[in-house]
Amino acid sequence: MNERLKGIIENIGLPRLLIASFLLLLFIIAPFVGVRVDTSINDVIARFAMNGILVLSLFPMIKSGCGLNFGLQLGVIAGLLGAVISLEMKVTGFAGFVLAIIISIVFAIIFGYLYGLLLNKVKGEEMVVATYVGFSAVSFMSIMWLLLPFKNPDMIWAYGGEGLRTTISTEGYWHHILNDFLSFQIGSHITIPTGALLFFALLCLIVWAFFRTKAGTAMEAVGSNPDYARSCGIDVDRVRIQSVIFSTIIAALGILVYQQSFGFIQLYNAPLMMAFPAIAAILLGGASVTKVKMWNVLLGALLFQGILTMTPSVINNLIKSDMSETIRIIISNGMIVYALTRRMKVRS
Amino acid sequence: MKNQDSLKTVNPVKQFFINYAVPILFIIMIVFAAPMSGLSPVFLINEVMTRLTRNSFLILSLLIPVLAGMGMNFGIVMGAMAGQIGLILITDWQIVGVPGILLAMLISTPIAIVFGYFTGIVLNKARGREMVTGMMLGYFMNGIYQLLVLYGMGKIIPIRDKSILLSRGYGIRNAISLDGIRQSLDNVIKLDIMGIQIPLVTLAVIALNCLFIIWFRKTKLGQDMRTVGQDMEVARMAGIDVEKTRIISIIISTVLAAYGMIIYLQNIGTINTYNSHEQIGFFAVAALLVGGASVSRASILNVFIGVVLFHTVFIVSPRAGKELIGSAQLGEYFRVFITYGVIAFSLALYAWRNRIEAENERKKAMMLRRASLQNEAEEGGNL
Repeated sequence: MNERLKGIIENIGLPRLLIASFLLLLFIIAPFVGVRVDTSINDVIARFAMNGILVLSLFPMIKSGCGLNFGLQLGVIAGLLGAVISLEMKVTGFAGFVLAIIISIVFAIIFGYLYGLLLNKVKGEEMVVATYVGFSAVSFMSIMWLLLPFKNPDMIWAYGGEGLRTTISTEGYWHHILNDFLSFQIGSHITIPTGALLFFALLCLIVWAFFRTKAGTAMEAVGSNPDYARSCGIDVDRVRIQSVIFSTIIAALGILVYQQSFGFIQLYNAPLMMAFPAIAAILLGGASVTKVKMWNVLLGALLFQGILTMTPSVINNLIKSDMSETIRIIISNGMIVYALTRRMKVRS
Repeated sequence: MKNQDSLKTVNPVKQFFINYAVPILFIIMIVFAAPMSGLSPVFLINEVMTRLTRNSFLILSLLIPVLAGMGMNFGIVMGAMAGQIGLILITDWQIVGVPGILLAMLISTPIAIVFGYFTGIVLNKARGREMVTGMMLGYFMNGIYQLLVLYGMGKIIPIRDKSILLSRGYGIRNAISLDGIRQSLDNVIKLDIMGIQIPLVTLAVIALNCLFIIWFRKTKLGQDMRTVGQDMEVARMAGIDVEKTRIISIIISTVLAAYGMIIYLQNIGTINTYNSHEQIGFFAVAALLVGGASVSRASILNVFIGVVLFHTVFIVSPRAGKELIGSAQLGEYFRVFITYGVIAFSLALYAWRNRIEAENERKKAMMLRRASLQNEAEEGGNL
């Protein structure tokens, strides 16, 4: 019996079990400290739809053996460029959002290709190099946001108008364009952001289906055994670049969905740390540096966003002190450290 | 080491430029930006001297882990946290001057040892990815530090001086002024040579640290560390406790970083309780890399060249940027970009070169195997 219990725990993974029970506990305590459960559920769903795609974006690169994408910010920057350019062209509504997506994908392909080339040169050290490539890209773009000749008054500083604002509202352009699509209410406090969820589901489906095609299987082979893949005649470097481009495109779409839901495009230093919560989420869902399954993405995004939503409200009410930010730092970074210390098989 | 013959085939001049691309780039930037900034030489030298005394000790703390083959220790931020805890406590106890600094160092030592020990254990589990793990561990410990300083101090850890507490009665304020110890180490003996201020005692302390590192490399432990850094398997066969040696190297680094942070902050004169330590790791690593160090090779000379080049660029670039583009705001972004960019570039270059060497090695092994297989086949045919 004890053995079986151990087996079950092993299967689900101790960290997941702990976090899931913690989350459950928070939901149980919530009503007693004056936090509404239905608004909490509403927030969790909204944030799940908002952040899920960013978590999903890590999937192809883990599969192809490039590790955790600490350079996620490159995709985010592609998304930001798409967003500000579509706003500059003053295309509103659904057309504006689609335009942003198209421009983002173009940038994501370019960035992803160059980033992939670099990662091929630094095999084995991808993660640490990627982190600093991401950081330098964000700080380089900070300079660019100041210098690029954007003209739309909604985006540049009102006085002495030089450079883009730190936050730009998507109001009047494509604010909540996906969230409000087919959205419906359950009870008085739960709104389901159907469009955003559908978009997320669609992307999950595309990724899932891709890994069932020949190209996808090749990508998986490159990740699990590069030597074997090479002997099968697969161009390992090419496939790795494909996976990086794929990840970067999804990240770009992810930030666009995030922005339309959040209501603001955040520039300058905002994307600096964006890789870490996404990585923490996928790890929390049960992925490792080398292995990932689709349910890791979904469960991870749900658990992580659940914790992020519930700790501020419940803990703050419980001990009358705002420890949420500190708890977030400890959980998300602790999760990443934990995953990095797990044994992984030696790659060639 | 084994690949020296394959490297020799590369043009040595080209090799030199690839090895020292970052320092050369910085020298070029300084040559162009310094005259453009319009700063007087005396002012510039004074500024560089300040940065030298402020940062050198911290950067020196990175050397020992490099010796042990653990790369750039981004975990020195934990040492910085330990140093800050020491400084917060002596500020509360109102112990001023040099005794205050010494006491802060004394308090931070056991904390840094614990942090270093913990880091060492974690990094032993994350072999081959020490750098990214060390960095993430720094972020993780930042949460623990916040728990301690923002929630523990004034509640669990008694703080008498209410002026350093937040208005809610517990937790340390975002910024604490270190009036009691501000530059007290620098001012013990300060020479003034033609308008250039030289804080002799701080420089002596830095020199002492250099001597310690030189001495340490020659000890049995230092030699063991070098062996571990070159080849863990060889070290293990030679009877060296690899895990323990690596942990000790990180402990030394963390303790030195704690002292380095105290020296750094006494020069600046204020602590940003929740920010001061965050950037320390990046800036120290970037400066060391600018000095021509690599992930597997770093000397004391690299530290000083690095500080001078890195900080000269920082001093002149905002001014030059203002003259050129007319925006001072760019300066800050530029600084951060340079820091991250240097680290990204150096680490990528290093990994790339390792990759090429590994590839050559692999090809050679394949050729040998093919040759031996051919021999066998021929022998088989002969039989």
